[in-house]
Amino acid sequence: MLEVKALTKTFDGFKAVSDANLHVKKGEIVAVIGPNGAGKTTLFNLITGILKPDSGQVIFKGENITGLPPYEICRKRMARSFQVVNVFQRLSVFENVRVAVLARMGKTGNLFTPSKKLFNKETKEILESVGLVKKKNHASALLSHGDRKVLEIAIALGGDPEFLILDEPTAGMSPEETARCIDLVKHLSEKLGLTILFCEHDMELVFAIANRIMVMVRGATIIQGCCEDVRCNQAVQDAYLGRSDTCSM
Amino acid sequence: MKKDILGRKGRIAGILLLLFLFFLPFIAPRFYVYMASIILLTGLLATSLNFVLGYGGVFQFHHCVFYGAGAYGTALMITKGGVPLWISFIAGPVVAALLGLVMGIICVRLSKLYFGMLQISLGSLVWVIIYRWYSFTGGDDGIHGITMPDIISSYNNAYYFTLFVSLICLFIMYRMIKSPFGSALQGIRDNPIRSEMIGINVRRHQVMALTIAGFFAGVAGALFVVVDNTVFPDMLFWTLSLETVIMCLVGGWFTFLGPMLGTAIIIALRTFVSTYTVYWALVLGIIMVLVIFFLPTGVLGFIEEKLNKKMIEPVIEE
Repeated sequence: MLEVKALTKTFDGFKAVSDANLHVKKGEIVAVIGPNGAGKTTLFNLITGILKPDSGQVIFKGENITGLPPYEICRKRMARSFQVVNVFQRLSVFENVRVAVLARMGKTGNLFTPSKKLFNKETKEILESVGLVKKKNHASALLSHGDRKVLEIAIALGGDPEFLILDEPTAGMSPEETARCIDLVKHLSEKLGLTILFCEHDMELVFAIANRIMVMVRGATIIQGCCEDVRCNQAVQDAYLGRSDTCSM
Repeated sequence: MKKDILGRKGRIAGILLLLFLFFLPFIAPRFYVYMASIILLTGLLATSLNFVLGYGGVFQFHHCVFYGAGAYGTALMITKGGVPLWISFIAGPVVAALLGLVMGIICVRLSKLYFGMLQISLGSLVWVIIYRWYSFTGGDDGIHGITMPDIISSYNNAYYFTLFVSLICLFIMYRMIKSPFGSALQGIRDNPIRSEMIGINVRRHQVMALTIAGFFAGVAGALFVVVDNTVFPDMLFWTLSLETVIMCLVGGWFTFLGPMLGTAIIIALRTFVSTYTVYWALVLGIIMVLVIFFLPTGVLGFIEEKLNKKMIEPVIEE
């Protein structure tokens, strides 16, 4: 479904991403891991069009989308959540998701129909699926951190994506919130059939839900493979996991 | 409009206010009627600025350019073109909207303060052209004694005309803010990057909003021609733009009627303070500092927070 070939991005001579390769098949959950500063978020920004790559290609559903603006990539049914919470602060939880639904339906040029008459059902369904329906009238700025991260995902779902990118979905969450988030991601994959690409520092979570793992170090892909291959790969252990006895576990 | 914001008490207050405005010419001397007209049309200007500032998050610092463009557009159509007022009255705002479109396309490449600076520069350019082009715009003299059709030439009728047009424009803008376009615009204000990631073409939306705001600022300018029968280059000088920004901030830039209230406060104060001292700007400065310290969401924002603790309107189900 998604193919990234030899993607490179340089910031003032610093190679944030160099020679990143990734492929994701339909229905998979793929994790990207790597030490801090490995270029995971930059890679996601390149895939979703927020940054333009210096070289390389991004192919989504057989179509070259390299360098397209984010709103066009989004309309091809790719959505993402952000590492730093990125919601619409002054809108209610309900409005946050409705804006995404309105944008998906291409209604944002409509000047005269009141928004509150539109897509109440669709928005409510999304909030129900992520478990935020009780808090729908809260101002999103007043939500707890965990709820805001979930709202992030809900906004992404508003675009009815086939392919979902989650940038550290559980960063800063409490253990209970993390457990809830894992359930949510599994639910999205199993029930809604979404293809998910995510990056995460919590190794337990990665090995628990990912079908395959891609490891990045200093902007480059060292390996992409199933969990066991990655766990046993010497280069990965050296660069990231540190000890070599993890394989015997 | 007020009813949505303030509940039932607000609705009654709104109706009383409308009745008061309607009967004002019967109870107040001419001077106050004139002042009310100026407040209404300047309030329309401030509301149109707030459409992009408070709801769009675009720092349009030199908004009066469109006010001036609307006024000069209307005035020049009448005096130079001999076009009837009613057509000129539409043409002025259209000119302002086109200017808003052009300046929007140029400025929207930059964000936040950089947008504001470029916009001030371009706006000042328009001001210089109008200020210097004696043969066409009358230069610093402006244009005086523009004749109006009989039906709106008296003070009272000009007032009713202003009241009527302002209310219609406010209503249209209110509908726009509550429309999907308005929702998207508020999304862009809160988070442009996120908005792009849900499939909104941010720049196109901002340009559209700037064009709409330009149009309504132009309507305010055209109304000024109706009320005052004059135009002069100070209408597009940047100090007036700054004052308009202050009106939005004082009234409450996250509320719909805040800018209108802010305008009423500023104009009323200016009128009364000016009778005692020439240092009006000093007083304005002190007010601004006090507002920033004690009412960061503006007067109406403060009232709204007190009335309903929740910051936002409840969403109606199904």
